[in-house]
Amino acid sequence: MTITFNSKIPAGAIGDKWATYKEDAKLVAPGNKRKFKVIVVGTGLAGASAAATMAELGYQVDVFTFHDSPRRAHSIAAQGGINAAKNYQGDGDSVHRLFYDTIKGGDFRSRESNVHRLAEVSVNIIDQMVAQGVPFAREYGGLLDNRSFGGAQVSRTFYARGQTGQQLLLGAYQQLARQIGLGNVRMFNRTELVDVVTVDDRCAGIVTRDLVNGEVVSHAAHAVVMATGGYGNVFYLSTNAMACNVTAAWRAHRKGAAFANPCYTQIHPTCIPQSDPTQSKLTLMSESLRNDGRVWVPTNADESRSADQVPEAERDYILERLYPSYGNLAPRDVSSRAAKRAVDAGLGVGPLKNGVYLDFSDAVNRLGKDVVEERYGNLFQMYERIAGENPYDVPMRIYPATHYTMGGLWVDYELMTNIPGLYAAGEANFSDHGANRLGASALMQGLADGYFVLPYTIGNYLAPMLNKPIPGTDHPAFKEAELAAAARYQGYVDIKGSRSPDYFHREVGRIIWDYCGMERTQQGLEKALSELPALYEEFQKDLRVTGDAESMNQTLEKAGRVDDFFQLGMLMCRDALEREESCGGHFRAEYQTDEGEALRNDEDFAHVAAWEWTGDPTKSVRHSEELNFEAIHLATRSYK
Amino acid sequence: MSNHLKNLKLKIWRQSGPTDSGHFENYVMDEISDEASFLEMLDVLNEGLIGENKLPVVFDHDCREGICGTCSLMINGQAHGPERSTATCQLHMRKFKSGDEIVIEPWRASAFPIIKDLMVDRSAFDRIIESGGFITAPTGGAPDANLIPIPKTVADAAMDASQCIGCGACVAACPNGAANLFTGAKIAHLNLLPQGQAERFKRTEAMVETMDEYFGSCTNHGECEAACPKEISIDVIALMNKDYRQSKLKNRKEISRT
Repeated sequence: MTITFNSKIPAGAIGDKWATYKEDAKLVAPGNKRKFKVIVVGTGLAGASAAATMAELGYQVDVFTFHDSPRRAHSIAAQGGINAAKNYQGDGDSVHRLFYDTIKGGDFRSRESNVHRLAEVSVNIIDQMVAQGVPFAREYGGLLDNRSFGGAQVSRTFYARGQTGQQLLLGAYQQLARQIGLGNVRMFNRTELVDVVTVDDRCAGIVTRDLVNGEVVSHAAHAVVMATGGYGNVFYLSTNAMACNVTAAWRAHRKGAAFANPCYTQIHPTCIPQSDPTQSKLTLMSESLRNDGRVWVPTNADESRSADQVPEAERDYILERLYPSYGNLAPRDVSSRAAKRAVDAGLGVGPLKNGVYLDFSDAVNRLGKDVVEERYGNLFQMYERIAGENPYDVPMRIYPATHYTMGGLWVDYELMTNIPGLYAAGEANFSDHGANRLGASALMQGLADGYFVLPYTIGNYLAPMLNKPIPGTDHPAFKEAELAAAARYQGYVDIKGSRSPDYFHREVGRIIWDYCGMERTQQGLEKALSELPALYEEFQKDLRVTGDAESMNQTLEKAGRVDDFFQLGMLMCRDALEREESCGGHFRAEYQTDEGEALRNDEDFAHVAAWEWTGDPTKSVRHSEELNFEAIHLATRSYK
Repeated sequence: MSNHLKNLKLKIWRQSGPTDSGHFENYVMDEISDEASFLEMLDVLNEGLIGENKLPVVFDHDCREGICGTCSLMINGQAHGPERSTATCQLHMRKFKSGDEIVIEPWRASAFPIIKDLMVDRSAFDRIIESGGFITAPTGGAPDANLIPIPKTVADAAMDASQCIGCGACVAACPNGAANLFTGAKIAHLNLLPQGQAERFKRTEAMVETMDEYFGSCTNHGECEAACPKEISIDVIALMNKDYRQSKLKNRKEISRT
């Protein structure tokens, strides 16, 4: 397949593009919608909202999740909030300002037209979710409350205690459940995508594996939506849920979908530091905590007193000192690097000296314990459960951890990948966050894509296909993909080596974290690219999966996911190596200012890198889509 | 620094599939850090089992932050183990001591058939939500979010109920295998809000009757509230019962009107 990158950005002024697009898009008449089958893979915010809305419109929708219920998707774990340009606080917010903050936060590496649309529909999301019964936080008068988040100087974040993701996901899940109950959606639980099928260069459907009995089955459709989340678990330790994986997106990539900017990964500054080698994941403490918590480290590397005994003069409030105008609410990439530098300089706190303090004592004194509890109670509880310390008395210890991946499947303005009929939504696509995502914008993007973008754009693709036959599951392309998938899983069982998938996952994660984590160098990336293929070869020879492929086998599921992480990891390192600049979450030590800030190279790298699969992840071909900044001038990002 | 627990005796339910009768198997965990979570302890056990070429213990889990509701486990007869308001994934080994015997079983409820080992099928919960656990609000037609003010106390009460993570601990802890806390929580969440009023009684009747198809009946033991990792109050059951009673009258009147 030859790759063409037509981003299909509508003509016109930035504020008119989406309206123009909607006016021009082809429509499918209500009575004809039921003639189209759409597959949605994934039931997080993007998947559940897209599936519910398309079913409501009248399309036949089949939905797949590897979870036991669509309500489990990892969107549920988002804590802090969701942005929207409502300007309910009267503090000068607007669609343009949210657009500007998102472009700037993304370090000028996202597509203007998509981001502007995101800011436009953000206001509809809040209306929609309130109508569905999401119990957002309110003022005593009954109106909605807001808080502020990193990278913004207005309060535009809506929240539901520290469980905003949960409440929004349950909202979208309930809309999906309604459509399931009405018979408009067929739901497939505990079913994993194992391949994407193309016929005549169009997406014809998918192949799935039933996790309970191992059965491999084909599903044909007019269009397929991948709402399958991000790939942060390539690092092994991350804030992602245990089952989050790249397999669906990667299998699409192997079938011709370009993978964009894989090196753009976000390291979240406020996670609980690792405490033990058996640790299986890291837990995030919401960014909202930085509204009232102050980040500091002792000025003396040999400090051994408890935090409350360290006098003010011997504390370094690193973010307030370095970034006075944003202070503790500097964006995520900037804050993470500040913490890493402090720890690298030996100023870390805690038994392993691997964290920095996030201190609430000023907030408790200023606001009282009750107000702090009202705002962050459940987060404090969660911290105490994990770390065994009470944050009302002792400052939290935090350290950055992998949290979100801005890269993903390349999509055009319609959220379609370069394979016609194959769409990607939410974290699975690359489109809106550039090189760094702002806090409370992931929930916004997932719901924007699912509720307010895809349902419009998909009709434009489907309309010309009315009453034309599509390839069925008896097509040889499906049979071939089924056989290959079954052989792949049987293959893992047959290796009968000596190491578990978890062993290999840890090892890949270590390499990626060391060389393609918060700070990257040419030398390190080249080292990773020599170590990864060798380890991958060992994986293919020495993997051990006990049990069989015909029954519930969690080790086997893991094996397939780790295999794809290996391949993705190699591509990430290639992408990071070729992007000879620092931008957002991608920090190359060779490219920094005298003050240690990221140094972009707009001359050579103001583009999206879109990678084409060639059969060997170390030999993928790099294509590029130029980014044109018409509404906002390219500027050096500063939060000082 | 972390301490280590030694010589834990694990007694774990093993069952190869839905038709197998199942049995307990004993394992010894020589050493584990008290910083490890309970599920990380099982990870270590499973790595060891793979090392011995044996089948690891199957159990459901995902976010490990206490919010997705995927994890389960009866630990020494208690749903989610000994720590109050804590899901299994947030339980840490510092709650145990060296030499302890720990009995680990799946949720035991006829509405939750066992798939394998400690993994059960909780899709009956989805059936309840599908029957009415929503507010009908087609995408795009919503009025401005601030149009209807909701008193903070009402929003907070709805939020208390809507925190349910759908884990099933309430059912597992209930001697009758009833799902009243789960169903009541969703009904309370939606019926308390102004947006939920239009479908209030239709929703309540449908959800309660779907619940009754799959689950046992509530006899007010209160075990559900004690086991709930989100501390959802059994008051939601009272609210559900009140609305159910009312719905039987109101819905009938609606039928007689048409």
